[in-house]
Amino acid sequence: MGEVYVITSGKGGVGKTTTTANLGAGLAMMEKNVVLVDADIGLRNLDVVMGLENRIVFDMIDVIEGNCRLKQALIKDKRYPSLHLLPAAQTKDKDAVTPEQMKKLCDELREEFDYVLIDCPAGIEQGFKNAIAGADKAIVVTTPEISAVRDADRIIGLLEAAELRNPILILNRIRINMVKRGDMMALEDVTEVLAIDVLGVVPDDESIVISTNKGEPCVADKNSFAGQAFRDICRRINGEIVPLMDLDPDKGLMSKIKNIFVRK
Amino acid sequence: MSDFLKTFFAGKPHSGSVAKDRLKLVLIHDRANCSTELLELMKTDIMQVIAKYMDIDEGSADMDINISQTTDDNNNPVPVLYANVPIKNLRKQRN
Repeated sequence: MGEVYVITSGKGGVGKTTTTANLGAGLAMMEKNVVLVDADIGLRNLDVVMGLENRIVFDMIDVIEGNCRLKQALIKDKRYPSLHLLPAAQTKDKDAVTPEQMKKLCDELREEFDYVLIDCPAGIEQGFKNAIAGADKAIVVTTPEISAVRDADRIIGLLEAAELRNPILILNRIRINMVKRGDMMALEDVTEVLAIDVLGVVPDDESIVISTNKGEPCVADKNSFAGQAFRDICRRINGEIVPLMDLDPDKGLMSKIKNIFVRK
Repeated sequence: MSDFLKTFFAGKPHSGSVAKDRLKLVLIHDRANCSTELLELMKTDIMQVIAKYMDIDEGSADMDINISQTTDDNNNPVPVLYANVPIKNLRKQRN
């Protein structure tokens, strides 16, 4: 029996889809059976981030309406033999699915896979309610900006109201130089305000843009800083205890001396 | 403490701590608004208790969550429950 995770944020553009793609690929690299579900009906994007946009024949709505079997709609990622994608429909809207149908779909998927990762749409309306309906656990993605953290707080409240207790946080797009300068909220600031456990911290990294351009999740890129962060997160999801990565790139003697004087 | 030192030497606070302070205030309001139903239930209960001992005007009673002037150990503002209950008669007529 697999576990169903929903990746959610409230605010759009904080990195839900990128996170879903990288966690999926990362877990598949650990030889786990993974399926990614794009719940953003009408605005699907997980397929392009994964580089699988040319292989869609059927989508989630086809499965729910019985136009095809579940197996037919699942796209197998050739790079990772144990990774699959269930794409969203692009021509329908969020009301095309009910929470009960989502729950049924998740229960079917968890029979087959170790991990079911649901990419939740932004917002708190029907699409959000559908995406969380079948989930066991919730991962909240936010960036260190007031607007994103505020929305994350609202989402945490709504998740708990829906009996999805103890969501875990991924703080995305952190810029350590700005944090050291005092011009960006640090992880501790965000966790203090949200009162939530941390699953991981992901640095703001150009390799994310490059890998999204190519449709190849950066978790597979050994030289990518953000990729390393996602690999760590995958190991934590798998139950390993991995310390939070050191985001500070300049560890030279001069910067160490400098750090003594400017340490927080 | 280090925040204080930074502020002291730099003259003005860094934008990160400004963001954190603004966020805290926004969330106190958001969280209070989210629990309107809870507030209404609590109001009904509290009114019943007060009405046992005093003659009150329940219709014009008012209850809300605000931000107080007091702060906690970390110098953060704390939310307070504010209630305004007009009393018609301090001693309830015993039947």
